[in-house]
Amino acid sequence: MTLTPNQLDPLDNPRMRQVIDSTISEYGDQNGALMVVLNHLQERIGFITKPMQAYVAEKLNVPVSKVHGVVSFYSFFTTEPRGKHLVKFCIGTACYVGGASQLIDKAKQVLGIEPGQTTSDGLITLEVCRCVGACSQAPVVVIDEVNHGRVKPSQFARILTEVQKSEVVA
Amino acid sequence: MAYYRSTVLVSMDPVCIDKGALDVKEQLIKELAKHNLSEEVQVLDIPRVGDPDTDGPDILVYPEGSHYIQLTPATVGPIVMEHFIKGRELQQYKAQMRDVTDEELGEPKDKEIRIILENIGKIDPRNIEDYIAVDGYQALAKVLSEMSPEDVIQTILDSKLRGRGGAGFPTGLKWKFARQAPDTPKYMVCNADEGDPGAFMNRKVLEGDPHSVLEGMIIGAYAVGANQGYIYCRAEYPIAVSTLNIAIKQAREYGLLGKDILGSGFDFDIEVRMGAGAFVCGEETALLASIEGNRGEPRVRPPFPASKGLWGKPTNINNVETYANVPKIIFRGLEWYTSMGSEKSKGTKTFALAGDVANTGLIEVPLGMTLREIIYDIGGGIKEGKAFKAVQTGGPMGGCLPASNLDLPVDYETLGAAGSIMGSGGMIVMDEDTCMVDIARFFMEFTQDESCGKCVPCRVGTRRILEILERICAGKGVPEDIPLLRELCSEIIQDSLCGLGQGAPNPVISTMKHFLDEYEAHIYEKRCPAKVCRSLITFEILADKCTGCTVCARNCPVSAITGERKQTHVINTEICIRCGICKQVCNFDAVVIK
Repeated sequence: MTLTPNQLDPLDNPRMRQVIDSTISEYGDQNGALMVVLNHLQERIGFITKPMQAYVAEKLNVPVSKVHGVVSFYSFFTTEPRGKHLVKFCIGTACYVGGASQLIDKAKQVLGIEPGQTTSDGLITLEVCRCVGACSQAPVVVIDEVNHGRVKPSQFARILTEVQKSEVVA
Repeated sequence: MAYYRSTVLVSMDPVCIDKGALDVKEQLIKELAKHNLSEEVQVLDIPRVGDPDTDGPDILVYPEGSHYIQLTPATVGPIVMEHFIKGRELQQYKAQMRDVTDEELGEPKDKEIRIILENIGKIDPRNIEDYIAVDGYQALAKVLSEMSPEDVIQTILDSKLRGRGGAGFPTGLKWKFARQAPDTPKYMVCNADEGDPGAFMNRKVLEGDPHSVLEGMIIGAYAVGANQGYIYCRAEYPIAVSTLNIAIKQAREYGLLGKDILGSGFDFDIEVRMGAGAFVCGEETALLASIEGNRGEPRVRPPFPASKGLWGKPTNINNVETYANVPKIIFRGLEWYTSMGSEKSKGTKTFALAGDVANTGLIEVPLGMTLREIIYDIGGGIKEGKAFKAVQTGGPMGGCLPASNLDLPVDYETLGAAGSIMGSGGMIVMDEDTCMVDIARFFMEFTQDESCGKCVPCRVGTRRILEILERICAGKGVPEDIPLLRELCSEIIQDSLCGLGQGAPNPVISTMKHFLDEYEAHIYEKRCPAKVCRSLITFEILADKCTGCTVCARNCPVSAITGERKQTHVINTEICIRCGICKQVCNFDAVVIK
């Protein structure tokens, strides 16, 4: 995502507002629309702020409490922007047995943040996630939706540095 | 019926839109029209193709799979000219091919029988004609032209096909109940919320052979009398979702979905709904709540979904693999199908072999094969010649089975009697270096986090179990913990509403049953026999083996290792977090756990 944490709410950003409106008009009419709309907003905007939740509630004619209930129930929905790059550690059984916690230790050392946090420059967010179903390649780290399998702690610092460096070049 | 020879997927990520994806799409449509290709090439939006930051705006062209990146309206013309008119890829805008080797699914091993996995890797999942070429949709044609709904249900009953999601309920019976329900409309739902860690059979089927699932669903819908279907797929599987959407679109174009399917007068359509990362949504009533747009909380059964499901209407729910079995049974016949499997469990089952086994990946075997055959003959035994300790089947609601259970046949009843479950098919093999208390703690961490919170025994009980297990792993366990765990487990099983709560204690119960000595070692001797639990171990460097190569010191995440080059290194146990990286990177086996 291109938004940085100190930017406007997506509702106040004309380009984002357009994405939000078109998402609601595209998916708002069907049965069970709330989940579908929220899923697409999460994907297109990257997060669903409280003002966005209220806006969706009004447009779909459901209570804000219901929208918030759904957003807070599912782990895929986030209410705050993440960093530009998302590094997710799979902690499914195979990855756990295969050394995922060592990779997390290494990431903490390199970046100085815990899973769930974002680096102060807004570049990288660390997260742990449920099994991504790539168990034969354990341990798996998902960087911006690309799976990296059989990652060793010794390679991992270099992978992270590459993610940081790619930013400098761009 | 419209038939397109190519499909262009345009990435509609916000970043791509920002970089001009809409203009690129508009120009693309103009260029195609200019060359009279509008009837032959369709243009679709897709949330994202490549990395929007580096690739966008980008398009993906099927069936070739060509990925053109960094497009502008000006570059669209040459691509249309070269790709669609001259039939060659324009290298200068093409992304480098990514490695797509399918290492999850090698050649079938000797004892495998592949029915569900048969087509995967052999057909192009994004081209319906590939599926039709391998007898796809033949079963549907037979059903619609020759069989009554009752015939179909009877055939599935006779096949003894049982739910592959893990519970093993007879599929034919489920369909019969849904057919008999008086209310209308009826719904057909496919549970593709494969949440068990360590299981990825369904993902592979959805990504590699989506039409087999669609065909099974359409046949089932005809039998049950449903006109609308939903596939509920977990959000962790974006590729499966996009493959399914392409398959559904193509099936509609071929008249296999929609109104008047194959001229039979039967209407049925399917929509994909995405989950959002909640494990409990694999439970059928929670799944239905989620499709309805609510929090995924299970409800009391009865009424079962067959009488009151989606929006209060009769609903049939089956797992991906169950549906994929249906066309095979109809097309190849009962005799063939029932020749495989055991007395009560017919057919095959896919498993995801993972963990400390030599050959990891997907396998498919006739039901009733022993664990030993699966792990040793197909899986190639334990990695690095280590000793087998346990196999975990059935995911977080399953159990750990020890070496003494290796000769048990894998079917619903036997695994259930042994204290585990069949589950959806995750099979994680653990070697001697695995601590069973730690594994129980790992699963309990999972279930207490995924508990939806609706009922107290599960919400609070799993949390209490986790605290006790954490205490034991930290070397602070007390003798009373063992009876306390037993009591908690039985209360949670008895008083929880859904399968998650009722199954949550299984990993604890099964490890306490088969590996009680490990619990006792942690509690009484403050010792972790497998040398895993961090509070109970220390790392040391052997002076006679250390060459002073500095690899360990450079890799230590907390800089706890000191030493000059070519001198023996030392670990400061005060700083050491016992992550074990030093042991892993040492080339001279100089790091030992005490």
